[in-house]
Amino acid sequence: MSYVLNTPADQQAMLKQIGVASVDELFRSIPDALRLKRPLAVPPALGEIELTQHLGDLSGRNQSAADAVCFLGGGSYDHFIPAVVDAVAGRSEYYTAYTPYQAEASQGSLQAFFEYQTLICQLTGLDVANASLYDGGSAVAESILMALSVSPKRHKVVVAGSVHPEYRHSLTTYAANLEVQIATLPTPQGFLDPDDLKAAVDDQTLAVVVQHPNFFGGLEEVEALGALAKAKGALFIVSFDPISLGLLKRPGQYGADIAVAEGQCLGNPMSYGGPYLGILACKEEFVRKMPGRLVGQTTDRNGKRCWVLTLQTREQHIRREKATSNICTNQGLMALKATVYLAALGPQGLKETAELCLRKAHYLADKLQAAGLPLRFQRPFFKEFAVKAAQPLHLLSQLLGKGYHAGLPLGRWYPELADCFTVAVTEKRTRAEMDGLATAAAAALRER
Amino acid sequence: MHKNQSTELLFDLSRAGRRCHRLPASDVPAAPLKDLLPASALADAPPPLPEVGEIDLIRHYVNLSTRNMSIDTNFYPLGSCTMKYNPKRHERLSSLPGMADMHPLQSDESCQGMLALLFEMQNILGEIAGLDAVSLQPAAGAQGELTALLVAAAYFRDRGEKRTRVLIPDSAHGTNPASAAIAGFDAVSIKSTAKGLVDLEDLKSRLDARTAVFMITNPNTLGLFDDQIATITELIHQHGALVYLDGANMNAILGITRPGDFGVDMMHYNVHKTFTGPHGAGGPGSGPIAVRKQLAPFLPAPLVTRQGERYELDYDRPQSIGRVRSFFGNVGILVRGYCYIRTLGAAGLREVSENAVLNANYLLSRVKHVYEVPQGDRCMHEFVASARTLRRERKISAMDVAKRLLDYGYHAPTVYFPLVVPEAIMIEPTETESKETLDAFADTLLRIRDEDAGYLHDAPHTLTISRPDEVKAAKEPILRWKP
Repeated sequence: MSYVLNTPADQQAMLKQIGVASVDELFRSIPDALRLKRPLAVPPALGEIELTQHLGDLSGRNQSAADAVCFLGGGSYDHFIPAVVDAVAGRSEYYTAYTPYQAEASQGSLQAFFEYQTLICQLTGLDVANASLYDGGSAVAESILMALSVSPKRHKVVVAGSVHPEYRHSLTTYAANLEVQIATLPTPQGFLDPDDLKAAVDDQTLAVVVQHPNFFGGLEEVEALGALAKAKGALFIVSFDPISLGLLKRPGQYGADIAVAEGQCLGNPMSYGGPYLGILACKEEFVRKMPGRLVGQTTDRNGKRCWVLTLQTREQHIRREKATSNICTNQGLMALKATVYLAALGPQGLKETAELCLRKAHYLADKLQAAGLPLRFQRPFFKEFAVKAAQPLHLLSQLLGKGYHAGLPLGRWYPELADCFTVAVTEKRTRAEMDGLATAAAAALRER
Repeated sequence: MHKNQSTELLFDLSRAGRRCHRLPASDVPAAPLKDLLPASALADAPPPLPEVGEIDLIRHYVNLSTRNMSIDTNFYPLGSCTMKYNPKRHERLSSLPGMADMHPLQSDESCQGMLALLFEMQNILGEIAGLDAVSLQPAAGAQGELTALLVAAAYFRDRGEKRTRVLIPDSAHGTNPASAAIAGFDAVSIKSTAKGLVDLEDLKSRLDARTAVFMITNPNTLGLFDDQIATITELIHQHGALVYLDGANMNAILGITRPGDFGVDMMHYNVHKTFTGPHGAGGPGSGPIAVRKQLAPFLPAPLVTRQGERYELDYDRPQSIGRVRSFFGNVGILVRGYCYIRTLGAAGLREVSENAVLNANYLLSRVKHVYEVPQGDRCMHEFVASARTLRRERKISAMDVAKRLLDYGYHAPTVYFPLVVPEAIMIEPTETESKETLDAFADTLLRIRDEDAGYLHDAPHTLTISRPDEVKAAKEPILRWKP
């Protein structure tokens, strides 16, 4: 079934008005030799009832966070989404709208994006934020493209090994054919040692990229690292966890030039990896080098305050190959969700959420340690931590059998950490769930 | 009732101490914060976010929503972006817990249903393209372009060929040259003929051993199928280069012709256009790419594979370019696209394109005597009309027409693009609109011709704002609220 409304009578009337005998005639510009002479080999059409059953079957073959308690992190988290977020984002005036190029017909979305940009500035302590990028990984890559246009004579990028491996991989993929050398500094103690950075930065360094809290959940020495970058004239780029800013110093307070983040945690479901939200904020002086859309305030012909997409001469539809980025479609709906989420939490709600994550993560770390899973790193951590376990894949599989998505094995990205996995704890996790996981882990380890 | 309530900003609603979302009390021992984190890492106070109550928050954003046009409230005859109806079942089904509450890094064993869906989607998109392998990773069309160009670069590097240039018709979307630049290529512009097709002579003169890729949008941005396509792709292949298709206009050719069958080597889809993931006021999109067999080893990792009855993510792809984002892709949009394709089936997909083309030609035939169509009487899924006669005779511009349409409840068509048509008005009705809607829209376009020119210069008259001062916005940028 398609959503076509034309009846056979409509079609006849339309063909008559056009002056052709058949729909096929309208396709004459496609040479016959290039036509597909058979139906597409795709599965048969389903009505809504059958489709609902089919999707029900497929989702029934998944163990979602609703089926097994989710302690998985690594950039995607099972945070709570207040109902107001879905109520607003579920308004089809938002989700079925087009990109707001026609400002007069898009004031709702434009104002919401202006509010989003403001909230991200308030969150990060930086001056300007764009209206979204795709995700946390491509946001890191975009931040380096941006840095290249800020400092075109510098070509070396220093990245901490404790930055999310998939963010680093996105960066190296984007930069494969550009004049950039990327050096990854190992982080054997679970954080970037400032002494190691000191030895690695020089006056050819374009940017230093760190993640705080990092991929293992640990804190970085951001103030020291930022000062080292600055001393050599390199840009200091930080990938942050938005929830952590309920407690931790903000990137603008510790000298970040550009701050990027994965914004999934701000009201977006995990959805097997997307659609997510790439956040990018920076200091005022770099505004004309920013990638992506920006919403600005102006006035209409009657002097009334209103909003438009602005500084578009940075963008691909104007600058073409000289644009600051190739991004066009962004993640507008996810930015709207983040806006409502941050407004619903407010300063106190964000602080309490961060405190709950912090306290519960530490509670669980103690419990797991007692169960025989020692912490891998001796670093202060926020809501995620790495533990050591023999044969972690087997253990995690056993724990899944007991109803727990217990952690992320690290061996795929860090061969030297093949005996480790990370565990993440959000404000949703209860003491009972954590006690249950610790008990199940202890039992599984005893059975060996 | 007017739509001017709550015109204040979210920040104006803030009152110290107001709350919307409340957190539970901690059920674990309350150690002092300084025992858990070093004092030097802690902020003195949380970020200065607004403090609002739930009803204020809801009224603010519900009232704001009424200041948008949207598919669900208005007809969008918007060329180049395929704004079709977004079926409601997709929203419900993509938010099932077994779809929405899935962590991207959970084990393959625990997401066999999801992997089955994504595997099927890879196959379906390969079949519609007539190409061999598909990556669902790119987040949007522009990222799909970049990914494919990185794949092309890796392919030529593997063959030991140094090719530095990407040829792009001057009528192409701006993302094409921007993507080429990031992928490390020099973008070279190819002229279009007066008919809006690729200028073969210009193409031949620029085609040489330095050419890596020719990027083409077909049907093109004028809504024409370039019937020279077989010649073009043959020419490109003779020079050892690859043909890339910008799939923005796939809505015209589903099940009628396949890019792989007309010589395309790689392409991207816009799932949020052709397969109706909603546009979300600018995103999210999803931009999968399909490629020929010889390019498949270079696709990003992971791909979904099937071993017997078991699905898995295949990361073991030694020649892969890597990845262009974290995690699998914009899965929520892919699930919607899958639901759409499964609803349509083969006959339904073809019906989409037949009726998209029928609707566009019908609209063209209804308005062409006033808004001339320089490229002729026939089009595919969209056409580009011109207001040049109106401009000359009555000083009415394409912009005036577009803005006046807003007063009548129609989203404005794309105007002044593509640049090859003066006073361009780019119209794409899509297949989901009825003849009555098209007739009413055509009548309105014709009525506007006779309206007072001065009144049109000042349009729109009935929306919440009149034309904004864009120069001021760019000259003195205000990009955030400040207390």
